Amino acid sequence: MAVVTLPAATTAARSPARARRRWGFLARRFGFYLAAAWSAITLNFFLPRLMPGNASGAIIVKLESVSGQQMSADQVEAIQKIFGNPHANLFSQYVAYLGQLAHLNLGVSISNYPTPVSDLLWQGLPWTLMLVGVTTVLAFVIGTGLGALAGWKAGSRFDTIVSPLTTFISAIPYFWTALLALYFFGFQLGWFPLSGGYDPDLASGFSPAFALSVMRYGALPAATIVFSALGGWLLGMRNMTVTTVREDYVLLAQAKGLTGRRVMLRYAARNAILPNFTGFALALGHVVGGALLTEVVFNYPGIGYLLYTSVQQRDYPVMQGVFLIITLTVLLANLLADSVYILLDPRIREGA
Amino acid sequence: MRSTFLASTKVRFGLVVLAFFVLLAVFGPWLNHLLGLDPQANDMSAIAQPPGGHHPLGTDQFGQDILAQVIAGARGSMYVGLVGAVVSTLIAILVGVPAGYYGGRVDGALNFLTNIFIVMPVLPLIMIVAGYLQGTSLTVIALIIGFFGWSGGARTLRAQSMSIANRDFVRAMRMLGERGRRLVFAEVLPHLTGLIASMFLHAMIGAIMAQAGLAFLGIASPSINWGTVIQSAQQQGAVLRGMWWWFVPPALCIALLGTAAAMINFGVDELANPKLRVAKPVRTPRRVRKLANAGGNR
Repeated sequence: MAVVTLPAATTAARSPARARRRWGFLARRFGFYLAAAWSAITLNFFLPRLMPGNASGAIIVKLESVSGQQMSADQVEAIQKIFGNPHANLFSQYVAYLGQLAHLNLGVSISNYPTPVSDLLWQGLPWTLMLVGVTTVLAFVIGTGLGALAGWKAGSRFDTIVSPLTTFISAIPYFWTALLALYFFGFQLGWFPLSGGYDPDLASGFSPAFALSVMRYGALPAATIVFSALGGWLLGMRNMTVTTVREDYVLLAQAKGLTGRRVMLRYAARNAILPNFTGFALALGHVVGGALLTEVVFNYPGIGYLLYTSVQQRDYPVMQGVFLIITLTVLLANLLADSVYILLDPRIREGA
Repeated sequence: MRSTFLASTKVRFGLVVLAFFVLLAVFGPWLNHLLGLDPQANDMSAIAQPPGGHHPLGTDQFGQDILAQVIAGARGSMYVGLVGAVVSTLIAILVGVPAGYYGGRVDGALNFLTNIFIVMPVLPLIMIVAGYLQGTSLTVIALIIGFFGWSGGARTLRAQSMSIANRDFVRAMRMLGERGRRLVFAEVLPHLTGLIASMFLHAMIGAIMAQAGLAFLGIASPSINWGTVIQSAQQQGAVLRGMWWWFVPPALCIALLGTAAAMINFGVDELANPKLRVAKPVRTPRRVRKLANAGGNR
């Protein structure tokens, strides 16, 4: 979709009234995402306190049995701030919890005992961000492009083959696509490494050899995510294009004698892409969820794998931290998508 | 209208597959008994055996028959799909329809709630809730999935009921003094039946996939379902040992079911949105064009 050039965006910036409306839209969205982030944080606060039993007590007992020593008072306090202190009142607990989050102190991991949760998160986050970020954008671009093609010539051979095929593909569970790909390309053909995110024999750093190994290890997981996520974008774009192609302005553009390519991209596709972009928010949570599973299949050293190991070992502090960081990242990505939406839809700029 | 719906091959394929799996879920254990299969039995003479012979789909690492497990697993997976879909569809109706019908402040609050649930990454959230509830049952997992999976449906229903609320017949009834609640549930809701049916199917597949994903991550009840079969395959390293027959069949069932639901939804979509019904009329001119081309070349 890079072909969709946006001449209007540059002229709009010149008018202060338009700019104000645009920032107004962004500010409203920003306010909403702040509220969403607040509710996620609050949910994270209430969940362990709503569950049967005393979560923090259980965690402290577990931590002490893992480490084999008495926990220090401030570590106990940190755990109780996150998971609930049975003796304090709820409101002061909530304030203490928010204060703790502001200091990015998420407690210590049970399974990797003295390591703080935030350290584990910082280790995993770049891997997941790279993998999910690149694949989400790729899947969106490829899927939307193919969808526009299929919808532009609805009923053509391309459309009748690709559309049902993608329906089937999007019905396949994410992690299973990954399992199959691993079986064929990793195990049978031996084209790709079977697990991990980089060559363990190489020192990690910014050396070209290391970067190359990261790409080699990431290729298969990335391909499976793109493959699975493609279908949704393709079908959505196809159906929207089918409806926009019938609009009068497309007919007029054709009557003016514009080239087919120009009509398709600038007139039909540009309007058809809007719902897909709105759907970005809806899909992102799912894509991230699916990518988590992909990481598990490939033992990819990201957040998803961290969540997997923490769930298996019932490492609650890590689970909490992972949920928090995933939610915040998804919200941030949505905000980015909204900013692009402004560029695409002049109606928001004009404030209609 | 009904006849065009059933005339579509896509829809018929979808309905047949769906019916097959529903029957499998209901009669699965009985079918296993009839075939002389037992999902729990360990056949020590056939450990990790490829498909063939006594075990049509092979056996796993413990000598358990895969076919029997897939048949027995249908009930658990379909149960989660059903309960999850009922819960999420109900919440979607209760949130989406009033929001669209009443508008104003009601809409503001309900829509805000919906949007929050839309942007939340649901799978990690479900995982954490399920993680806190140690030793969950299948019903609890289904309820959690339903509780966190209603937002997309609510958004669609809101948009649709908004447009219905502005139609003349609703206005006329409101003018006649009909009460709001009766209008919503007796007049507006029936117009959304097709949409709700397709939402329900969608939610069912979503719940089955989510449950399989959770089971894959080790959050499952001890009872057997498709997710647990895939999970034990993954845990025993089936991929790295080339035991494809262990993890392919259960997921293929999920994929088939998902395709069936999507096919039925295609039919529903084409009913609701006539603009999408293009595939057929275009086909004839293409054939004609080809004939014309062939004639021209000769």
